Amino acid sequence: MLELAIGIILGGCALGAGCAMIAGIGPGIGEGNAVAKACEAIGRQPESKGAVTSTMLMGCAIAETTGLYALVIAILLIFVAPNIFVKILLNAIG
Amino acid sequence: MKRKSRSFAALDILYICMMILPIVAAIVLKVLTKPISEGISITGAQIYLTVPMPIQDLIITESQINSWLVMIAIFGLCLFLTHGLDSRKVSTRQHVAEWIVEKVDAMVLDSMGEYFRGFSSFIAAILALSGFSSLMSLFGLYPPTSDINIVAGWAILVFALITYYKFKCGPITYLKSFTEPVAFLTPLNVISEVATPLSMAFRHYGNVLSGTVISVLIATGLQGLSKLVLGWLPGFLGEFPLLQIGLPAVLSIYFDVFSGCLQAYIFAMLTMMYVSGGFPMEEYFAKKEKLKNKKMEAN
Repeated sequence: MLELAIGIILGGCALGAGCAMIAGIGPGIGEGNAVAKACEAIGRQPESKGAVTSTMLMGCAIAETTGLYALVIAILLIFVAPNIFVKILLNAIG
Repeated sequence: MKRKSRSFAALDILYICMMILPIVAAIVLKVLTKPISEGISITGAQIYLTVPMPIQDLIITESQINSWLVMIAIFGLCLFLTHGLDSRKVSTRQHVAEWIVEKVDAMVLDSMGEYFRGFSSFIAAILALSGFSSLMSLFGLYPPTSDINIVAGWAILVFALITYYKFKCGPITYLKSFTEPVAFLTPLNVISEVATPLSMAFRHYGNVLSGTVISVLIATGLQGLSKLVLGWLPGFLGEFPLLQIGLPAVLSIYFDVFSGCLQAYIFAMLTMMYVSGGFPMEEYFAKKEKLKNKKMEAN
């Protein structure tokens, strides 16, 4: 019975990590849009390449934040959460 | 041409040792204390020492030791570059030092304005510390920036700076800045204020750590693949890591070199933007002018 409970905990953590990383879609689309617009801008005004590139990198880094929140949660679920949950379970059983 | 004196050369050697020895020390420490493990795995920072403290135990980990070693190495680099400055006969290393100072000065002036000119040394320190910390992984060491505790420390320092500059016009202006543009947005403004250091720390640490995780996953995958391809051969040939030659290095160029330097640049850039953006410049100068006028009238 205990093995089954621990197995459910581990499986739930892995599934949760996978679901959390769905958030990677958002930054992907956003950064793709940003880079596309930057390419357009450089094509229109090649002399502004330096300013456009550095601004685009800044914007990409900020757009990436939501994806990284998801990544942090996924990493916590995979590496940290199982230990804590199993400990809680063992404490509850006594 | 006059030969350089012996003491000059001796100091040079001392500074070069100061640059290289910390890295060597870190590698030696890693080799001596690394537990023997099978295959490739993802591990956190290794705990070297636990000091008992009243509230919570003080834990000295690999990342703290490595970041102090990086600091010593950067200090040695700075001393080496600025050793023997001369206004008439400019040496190569002086050119490098001048180039660094001019670039950072221009960057700070460009994105923060004239009032924050003195910030360039702080920004250069952040850039160097963050960049070299991420580049530690090139030596096979644990990069301190992939530990959230180190990066969160920097982010809290930056947050203190931001709050200090927001406080420049007094607490009333600071509190009022939360009710802009509309009063009922105050909770959201408070949340975004708290989220600033959090997102800075997560961004830097997440980027470096995700690079490590992806590298480890691909290295493990390549190990399995090369076993699949060559596994049927007898003896030594069966264990030959054919696909692991060179391929992970291509990823390392992106994840270790490019991403590390980019994150250092972004952390410095965000610091500059938040500090200069949070400072109510016009109100501050208006207040200063008012005080000056009052003083004149009193006199």
